This record gives sequence, structure tokens and C-alpha cells, in this order.
Amino acid sequence: MNPVVEYFDDIYRGLKTATVGMRITFKHLFTKAVTIQYPTVKMKLPERARNRLYVNMDDCIGCDQCSMACPVDCISIETIKSTPEDNLGTTSTGQKKRLHVPVFDIDIAKCCYCGLCVYPCPTECIKMTDVYEFSEFDRHNLIYSFSTMTPAEVETARAKAKKMEEEAAAKKAAAAAAAKAAADAKAAAQTSAPAPQPEGSQPKPE
Amino acid sequence: MEQFLTSLIGEPLLVHVIMAAIPLLFILPYALVVIYLEMKIAAHMQDRVAYMRTGWHGTLQPIADMLKLLQKEDTVPAAADKFLFILAPYIVFIGTYAAFAALPFSPAFIGSNINIGIFYIVAISSLVVVGLLMAGWASNNKWSLFGALRSAAQIVSYEIPSAFAILGVVMLAGTMSLQELSSLQTGGITHWMILGGTLPLMKKLIVVPLMLILFLVYYISSMAEVNRTPFDIPEAESELVQGYNTEYSGMKFAIFYLAEYANLFAVSAVATVLFFGGWASPFASVMTGPFWSAFWFITKGMLFVCLNIWLRWTLPRLRVDQLMYMSWKVLTPFAFVCVLALGLVLVW
Repeated sequence: MNPVVEYFDDIYRGLKTATVGMRITFKHLFTKAVTIQYPTVKMKLPERARNRLYVNMDDCIGCDQCSMACPVDCISIETIKSTPEDNLGTTSTGQKKRLHVPVFDIDIAKCCYCGLCVYPCPTECIKMTDVYEFSEFDRHNLIYSFSTMTPAEVETARAKAKKMEEEAAAKKAAAAAAAKAAADAKAAAQTSAPAPQPEGSQPKPE
Repeated sequence: MEQFLTSLIGEPLLVHVIMAAIPLLFILPYALVVIYLEMKIAAHMQDRVAYMRTGWHGTLQPIADMLKLLQKEDTVPAAADKFLFILAPYIVFIGTYAAFAALPFSPAFIGSNINIGIFYIVAISSLVVVGLLMAGWASNNKWSLFGALRSAAQIVSYEIPSAFAILGVVMLAGTMSLQELSSLQTGGITHWMILGGTLPLMKKLIVVPLMLILFLVYYISSMAEVNRTPFDIPEAESELVQGYNTEYSGMKFAIFYLAEYANLFAVSAVATVLFFGGWASPFASVMTGPFWSAFWFITKGMLFVCLNIWLRWTLPRLRVDQLMYMSWKVLTPFAFVCVLALGLVLVW
């Protein structure tokens, strides 16, 4: 382009584009603002939004699957076996509860809101809620304990389980002793006439 | 006004002090209003809402901001030149405020009715550059120095086209007194300088396009002189932190801020007086008188301030070379040709 023409063309386009820009900003001056006044007005969350975890302990069977699925290990669960005479009830899905759950802690500060713990739960008791305002001044307050058992209950459950285990161990020991005695008696009876042993079990000659 | 005050108080010194303080009484509330307006206009142009919490739609926010600035610790960098560092904001404000002395707020009120009013304003506004350079140099900070030097280069360059544009109006009006310039433009919108003043119709047809170009030249260079976007390279927050006021905080920063907004009104008011009738009512003899005149003056000034805010939030910042190109290769020749043509029309 001719430099003289270009000079005037530049000026013309400079002025024109400035007015174009001014028209756009003027139009936006009267369009409705998109701002949401957050604490007083809240945005509607999507249906499957993942925020704070919640555990319904009435349904928890202590299977530990959520804890295993967690990629950041923020769920810690401890369980105590129940005795046959204890009736822990059933979950809302009709499953029988066999384990006490004295500890079900979620460190929500570690949680990455992936939702992977929700899917394996057989009773659908761990789920993501739509609560997202739970900041704390002390980080330890972010460890949520969901267990409903009192320390006394935990104590008795533990004692019972221990007793049951001991009984079972004693029974097992007795059974083992009986079995051993029977085997010994059998062996004693067979020493006079040794039975032919299978070949593989004999040490091979050098 | 001066005579009235003298008859009321008697003591001439006290009268002068009161006369000198009246524009300050205007500037302080004006700055609060413009800060609020600027934030709101900026926000709405970007589909936001700006302040909403302090008072109704955040109307008390500028006051809160001001109180915050007053309470802030006023630090001076250890390596700064302490005396100049402290002096700089006051020099900038004095340079700006001195321009208000010659602004005719109404036929009844003008700080000093000197016959070289506009010349005085052009001259005294240059003091601002000294203050900015002082601030940048005394801060002992590379960003500040960069900002100050850019600001000096910019203001000095843009004073030339703006002076040419003013010269055109002065030629047309035949006076440099702003009060006289305003009274020349009374008698309706057709007597305004942008529409050729009181010239006969035939000459007006030639003069109007020239005046329009001169107005554009003046308005663009005045925008550059107050260091506002698109000419805010002295501040250029994305490149230079804050330019010359990087190291300033608290009260001194507030004074820079106040000076910027006061300067914005001063150049808008000068544009009003030069091209849009000053305090003259647009409807000939309707709504005249000292109070209506003050109303028209401030309204017109505020309209140009709003136009400035509108432009600020529309246009991006110019590069340094583009800035110089605009001043020396576009505005100056255009203003020069216009003044020349205007002179030919006037002697014809």
C-alpha cells in the first residue's frame, strides 16, 4: 500500500476500532452481571457433585472395602468380631452385620473427592454429600469420626471377642491334641507292621 | 463571590484562604464519587457487579478505602532519598491543585480571574512531571525510575499537540481568560466553541470539522497527560508493578491517587471550557445564574470524566513506540494543520 494511504488508513481504522470497542463495552454496561453473591446466594450444585463424605454407621458392615479403594488412605477402619449371641441387626439392604466398628475415621483434609470409596460399598452407606463449607482453624478438626460406639461398648465388645477367641483357641488346641493322640495311637499300632510309604516322600539315595 | 466574602468577613487574607480551599472541598467528595463510579462502570462493563457489601450497593466502600489508606503504615524505603521521597506526592498534588485556581466554576466563582488562565494551567500542570520524576528517582527502585522516565517522556510529548489544540481555541476566541472564554459561549449550544463559537454561519461550516479534530487531539493528549489507560505506560501494572508509586503506601499513596483523579477533572474541565461552553447553559437563557452555572460546569466535567473511564475500560495499553508515534506523527501534524487552516479562515 502507498505509505501516505497507509498512514491515513491507520488513523481511520484506529478511530473506527476504538468506537467499535466502545460500543461493545457500552452494551455490556447494561447486560446483566453474571456474579453470584456467594455466601448469601449459592450456585446450584450438579446432581452428582462430590463434596464432603458421610457414612451412615447403621448400614456399615465394616468390610473395609472403602478404605482399600481410597487412593490417599484417608479412611481408617478398625473392626471387632461379634460373638454368635450378639445381634448387631441387619443393614437396610438386608445384610447381617457381623462386625463391630469401633473406629471409622475419615481425614477429610486428605480426601481428594474422587468418590472411589463410594462404588465398592456393598450397603451404600458411604456417600458424597453436597456440603462444601467445612473449613476449620485446626486441621485436627478435619478428622471425622463416624463410629457410634461408646468406649464402654468397645471395651465389652473387645473382651467378648477376646474370650470367644480364647475359647476357640482352646477348642482348637483340644481338637488338635485329640487328633494328635489319635494319630499317635494309630502310629503306635502301625510300628509292628510299617505301611509302605509313597515313593516321593523317601529321601533319594546320593 | 470574593466581594461577597469580603463584605461578610472583612479580613482579606482569610477571604483568600477560603477562596483557595473551596476547590478542595469539591475535589474530596468528587474523588470518592469517581472512585466509586470507576469501579462500578469497570465492573459492569465486564459483566460483574463490584462492591455490594458496604452500604447500599457498596456506596460506602470509597470511604472505607480512604480510611484504610489513612491508617496504613507509611513506610519509606531504607535506600530512598528520604526528603525527595516525602516531598514528591505533595509536589504532584500541588501541581494538580494549582490548575484549579484558574478554573471558572461559575460566573460568580473562579479562584483567580487572570487574563492568561489557560496559559497558566498549561504551565503549572508541568509541575506534575517534576513530582513524578522526583518520586521515581527518590524511590531508588528500577521499576519506579522506569515509570517516572516514561511518564516524563509521555507528558512532555503530549503537551505539544494539546498546546496546539488550545492555541486553536484561543485564536478563535481571542482570549486566554477562561472566565471570558466561558461567557463568550453563553447563549445556547450553537455558541459553543466546538460549533464554531459566534462566527457567521458560512465560516462555521469550515470551522466545525477543524474544531472537532482539535477537540479529539486535545482529549487524547489530555488522557495521556493524566497517565490513564490506554496511555498508562508509566504505571503499567503488568510490566512495572506500579511505576513511580511502587514504593509508596498509606497517606502518600492516597495523595498520588487523589492527584490523579483531581488532574482527571482538571483536564476534563479545561476541555469543557475550551470546547463545550464551560459553565454556559446549553439552552440559551434557560437555567442560568451562578448556581445553575456551577451545575452545568460540574456536569459537563463529569461527563468527560465518565467518557475517560469508558475509554479506559475499553482500550488496551499502547506500547511505548506506539505512544510516541501517536503523539509526534499523528496528533501533532493534525493539530498543526488544523491550527493553520483555522488561522486562514479567521483572517479571510
